[in-house]
Amino acid sequence: MRIGRLTGGLAVALVLLFMALPILIIVILSFSSASYLTFPPPAFGVRWYRTYIGSDEWLAATGLSLSVAASVVVLATLLGTLAALGLARLPPLLRNLAAALILSPLIVPVIVVAIGIYYAYSRYGLVGTPVGLVLAHTCLAVPFVVTSVSASLAGFDRRLEQAALSLGATPWGTFRQVTLPLIRPGVLVGALFAFITSFDELVVALFLSGSGAVTLPRRMWDDLRFAIDPTIAAVSTLTIVLTAALLGAVYLARQRGERIRTT
Amino acid sequence: MSAVVSLATIPLAAARAPVRRNVVPVLLIAPLILYMLVFYAFPVVAMLLRSVDSPTWSLDNYRQLAHDPVFFQVFWITLRTALIVTAGTLLLGYPVALALARLRRGPAALVLVLVLLPFWTSVLVRSYAWMVLLGRHGLVNEALAAAGLIDAPLKLLNTSFAVQIAMIHILLPYMILPIASVLRQIDPALPRAAAGLGATPARVFRQVILPLSMPGVAAGVLLVFVLSLGFYITPMLVGGPRDMLLSMLIAQQVDLINWPYAACLSATLLAATLVMLAVFQQLPGVRNVLRTATR
Repeated sequence: MRIGRLTGGLAVALVLLFMALPILIIVILSFSSASYLTFPPPAFGVRWYRTYIGSDEWLAATGLSLSVAASVVVLATLLGTLAALGLARLPPLLRNLAAALILSPLIVPVIVVAIGIYYAYSRYGLVGTPVGLVLAHTCLAVPFVVTSVSASLAGFDRRLEQAALSLGATPWGTFRQVTLPLIRPGVLVGALFAFITSFDELVVALFLSGSGAVTLPRRMWDDLRFAIDPTIAAVSTLTIVLTAALLGAVYLARQRGERIRTT
Repeated sequence: MSAVVSLATIPLAAARAPVRRNVVPVLLIAPLILYMLVFYAFPVVAMLLRSVDSPTWSLDNYRQLAHDPVFFQVFWITLRTALIVTAGTLLLGYPVALALARLRRGPAALVLVLVLLPFWTSVLVRSYAWMVLLGRHGLVNEALAAAGLIDAPLKLLNTSFAVQIAMIHILLPYMILPIASVLRQIDPALPRAAAGLGATPARVFRQVILPLSMPGVAAGVLLVFVLSLGFYITPMLVGGPRDMLLSMLIAQQVDLINWPYAACLSATLLAATLVMLAVFQQLPGVRNVLRTATR
């Protein structure tokens, strides 16, 4: 019994190590002072972060990725939140049809979406433009907004809205003062997931970036095909830190959501 | 009956509601539906149609695919990779899911962070990590050499093995999370009752826990298998020339501007995905697990 539990615990620890180690090693290597990837690093330093900050190309790619992701957040959160509110009130048949379309980017292989988008967008001059990337990434990000807002609506007591309406509130006033505060954590979580989805997206960007709209993942990809430069380790670490910070925000938003619902 | 009750309880001000009740939700959802049709569904469908419309409307392209040895070779490697990755994630993921469901709140939260952080780290970064680990002068080779186990560096990168291990690493969370969510819902009284009736821990697991966790296993297998079928970034970076997967063949054909063939392959990949989805959704409980897992 005890031996069984011990080997079980050991197995779990090993799998967790397997999951965490590759990422941990990237973080450690990014602080290496060596000019090539060697482990353990002979000494630690921030020279690769300096290379990154000193490179106009890297900074331009980062700026583009941030602005594309920010636009995607606005577009996907707006469209997705409205749709989730409508979805909850639709009759079942229509709801299932609409949900199938909206959630399908989670199921359709990304490569199929990517080349389909490339095929159609190239006819309208959208390849190599930030606008094309925003339009495409929004399709991939919207399912996360809709599921997250829908989840917060599932635990939502519709009688609260009815009470506000019957007490003389306008529909808009009811939405702003009753509905929105209650679903806000869900909206926030959806928006954060939308940001991460766009910021990390590569397959669509490979086809749509062209030479005019090179995102950060695209820039990393181009670099990786030539050499495994430690600058990529530094950039990777920065994106890991950004993602972890956003996930922390998601966690806090969810906690707040629970609190609002239970009080 | 319920209609009568609700009519009676609706305040007079809502008498116009029957019209509004249908119009408002449609107005709310219309912008997104329109957006998805124009910028997502139309592009994908237009591309897929290229498989049947050139030079004239026919299924010739699909007929050719049925006699295409390259396609069968690639399809077989894709299928084999997906099967190996699914088996690997199940083997490694189940114990972690079990731990996630059994541990007390604090340790469980730590395990969850260790599972979720790689989950949300981009596929590109994780593939890059495996390039660093498996390279000729990578960490694995250096460690093996330092331990005196090998004289010359092993060829690990750009092999099928590299593709499989990296994909297992990347897809593990998709196996762990649904299984853990099902395990957590098992009534703790059931294993306790079995143990009280004299079952050994191994028997409790085999006859109580394992059967009850099957919907989670099926959902995890579905997610990992379907995602494996369409994987692109990782095999491109760590795979070898002989490890061409379906997604890579599709991208290659797009580069060669051979749209009919690319569309044909895409339709096949999509069909394989949808068939898997349809089959697995028939299994008991899978639908529920997928619904809760997307939240």
